[in-house]
Amino acid sequence: MTTAQPAMRRGAPGSGSLALNLMKLRTFIALFAVLAFFSITAPNFLSAANLILMSKHVALNAFLAMGMTFVIVTGGIDLSVGSIVGLCAMTAGGLILNGLDLHIGYTVYFNIFEIIGVTLGVGLLIGALNGFLITRLNVAPFIATLGTLYIARGFALLSSDGATFPNLVGKPEFGSTGYGYLGAGRLLGLPVVIWLLIAVALAAAYFARFTPLGRQVFAVGGNERAAALSGIRVTRVKMFVYMFSGFCAAIVGLVVSSELMASHPATGESFELNAIAAAVLGGTSMSGGRGTIGGTIVGAFVIGILSDGLVMMGVSSFWQMVIKGLVIIFAVVVDQAQRRLQQRVALRQMVRD
Amino acid sequence: MTPPDNDVVLTLEAITKVYSGTVAVKHADFEVRRGAVNVLVGENGAGKSTLMKIIAGVERPTSGRIVLDGEPIDFTDAADAARHGVAIVFQELNLFGNLSVAENIFAGRELTRGLLGVDHAQQERRAGELLARLEAGVEPGALVEDLRIGQQQLVEIAKAVSLDARILILDEPTSALSASEVEILFRIIGDLKARGVAIVYISHRLEELIRIGDFITVLRDGRVTGRERIADVDVAWIVRQMIGSASKDFPKTQVHAPGEEAFRSEEVCLPRLSGGYEVDHVSLSVRKGEILGIYGLMGAGRSEFFDCVMARRPHATGRVYVEGRLVTERDVAGRIRRGLALIPEDRQREGLVSLLSVAANLTMASLHKFLIGFHISGARERKAVSAGVRDLSIKVADPAQEVSALSGGNQQKVVIGKALMTNPKVLLMDEPSRGIDIGAKAEVFRTMRRLAAEGLGIIFATSDLDEVMALSDRIAVMSNGRVTALVERSDANEAGLVAASALGRSVATQARA
Repeated sequence: MTTAQPAMRRGAPGSGSLALNLMKLRTFIALFAVLAFFSITAPNFLSAANLILMSKHVALNAFLAMGMTFVIVTGGIDLSVGSIVGLCAMTAGGLILNGLDLHIGYTVYFNIFEIIGVTLGVGLLIGALNGFLITRLNVAPFIATLGTLYIARGFALLSSDGATFPNLVGKPEFGSTGYGYLGAGRLLGLPVVIWLLIAVALAAAYFARFTPLGRQVFAVGGNERAAALSGIRVTRVKMFVYMFSGFCAAIVGLVVSSELMASHPATGESFELNAIAAAVLGGTSMSGGRGTIGGTIVGAFVIGILSDGLVMMGVSSFWQMVIKGLVIIFAVVVDQAQRRLQQRVALRQMVRD
Repeated sequence: MTPPDNDVVLTLEAITKVYSGTVAVKHADFEVRRGAVNVLVGENGAGKSTLMKIIAGVERPTSGRIVLDGEPIDFTDAADAARHGVAIVFQELNLFGNLSVAENIFAGRELTRGLLGVDHAQQERRAGELLARLEAGVEPGALVEDLRIGQQQLVEIAKAVSLDARILILDEPTSALSASEVEILFRIIGDLKARGVAIVYISHRLEELIRIGDFITVLRDGRVTGRERIADVDVAWIVRQMIGSASKDFPKTQVHAPGEEAFRSEEVCLPRLSGGYEVDHVSLSVRKGEILGIYGLMGAGRSEFFDCVMARRPHATGRVYVEGRLVTERDVAGRIRRGLALIPEDRQREGLVSLLSVAANLTMASLHKFLIGFHISGARERKAVSAGVRDLSIKVADPAQEVSALSGGNQQKVVIGKALMTNPKVLLMDEPSRGIDIGAKAEVFRTMRRLAAEGLGIIFATSDLDEVMALSDRIAVMSNGRVTALVERSDANEAGLVAASALGRSVATQARA
């Protein structure tokens, strides 16, 4: 979880104490623990095919969780991501299958790149709507995104009257074929999705650490008043994080519908909860100011591997839910313990100085 | 000293209170008499609040004794003190804005009808009676957050009165009241006195003290410097006891000729919600290399003036010039670009992001300086950070350490460093020495001197007389939102500044206004 520390924090001297260091690495430890556990208990768990399959599952949640991480770091929450996934899946599916009916006797068909662009635009737009409600109209993030959760899901259902857009092979005459490549294609032996995840994760981690806007996300989350007084445009920062979250959700919508070669309006229901869980498991503080992209990715892998591994072991899906809940709560309890320990160490250091 | 008499209900004997390293009160004696107004007076930081908190059981003395009705007593907490009949009205209001006036007055001791729950009707009736006595003009059912600040203060006083306290502590009760409300308060105080209540009264408004007080105790730097009957003293005596003769040791003024004008404000106004102005037509200027000290008491409008200059108050009017050019930017970021920078009074809430490292805090406001394209150059940033740490001698082993691990003085230096990295032309500093120890204070002051010598225009606000006298090239005094005096350092004297800082605050002038 060092990929995206908001600032240079290479091993502060004297912050030693083994327990503290172990706690700081807890997400990695958890990751290795689940990997080790399942490689012993579940047959074929460590086979390349299975690992790649799991990574593809994890990737969906990881995209959402990255967007969620920035939102949570600013002290907000984005409940609408699951619905954005659904709406974007329907957008892409509808455009491939039916084009855009202008209601004046013409229908516009886009090529596949335009469709992807429009879909990403829809995600950004709903993110911008969230940001607008939160920054300009002062709606609490929880409420604003709860509202857009329903709105986006409603439009997703309206777009097809609740039906599925099947068989998204596209039409060669409009250049809209090849949609399946995104979800099923491979590049240098790895699924395209995995490459996409790596690219977005690296970009996000770089952004958090080496761009002014990225740094400002952490400042705003840590102390909004101080950030504003330092000349940081808080509104712009918040607009950005919600738009990025919408963008990530749009990617997931594209990937899911591409994998299935079909769009269903219920796609992405309750995805937002998994994304929040991954971010929290990765050390993102719900009160803002703290969180890393690296941590969140690891968190997403822990959750994903846990559920896939339990399936392979044949554990009932009901028990899986109980176990997932326990892991999340345990992670937060350890997080709090680490804070306290860290404070004690800092105080001891102050006394020594 | 007056001889002991049986009117004394509570005595503090040789009280000393030490907070992590700093001594707030040293061997202070204080007597509280029943049926009298016992005045406590002193500059900010003289130890009044500490003494008051000890009486109210909020703080426990490090050494010394509290005697109540001739018996030594040890208040374990505020509730314990309240059981012994001590009630306190803090300057910072402790009300629940989301609850009604009546609910606030009876908070924590609700009138109930057994299992039927809170008797709201009864509470509102009793609250109504209390408020009628205070002539507050407040409905018991109104939400506290809908009240003006003066009315809230009256609610707080009503709450204290409702406790039937034997000892009632009032900390600056008039600071938010209008002239007529002050008159009502004084009538209530007279009424309580007649019923034998002992009142501890803290205020900066000296004329008010002379009018309402019976006994006065003056504190300076945690020591009691004078105890008299009010009848035997005058304002000049109080000021003398407050200031003392020996001045604290501050770095001497480096003589340098100030340059051309760096900053000018014209007619800066900030309307108050309840009418009048929080900042009342303030026109000030400071030249390059000059330090302008704004002396004033809490609530004089100093911080609000700075807020207006930094465009943090949308309703502010007036004009601000930097180096002779009108500042038209309407947001903080724009003002910073124009060369203005503010060191806020409240470091924790407005100055620092305590979760982040020293380095991140230092560079927070000036990240664009380290950019290559859109990339923050780590090398450039590290260079700037280490230069900042060195220039301000911030004591930190590694700039990657969290800023919350630093001492108050070093935290303040980080805030100053952050402001300096924006290359300001004018530095606004609100109480730059608040909450830092003597050694760090001296360093901060030396830094201010050095920066001025380098050509920065500095305006700093303080409520510490010694500080303003020692550091400023010119001194402006603010009171009630207005500039009431503007003098060269050489022409300034302490008594004159104190008098100017009380202008428009005294009851007499308020009544006239």
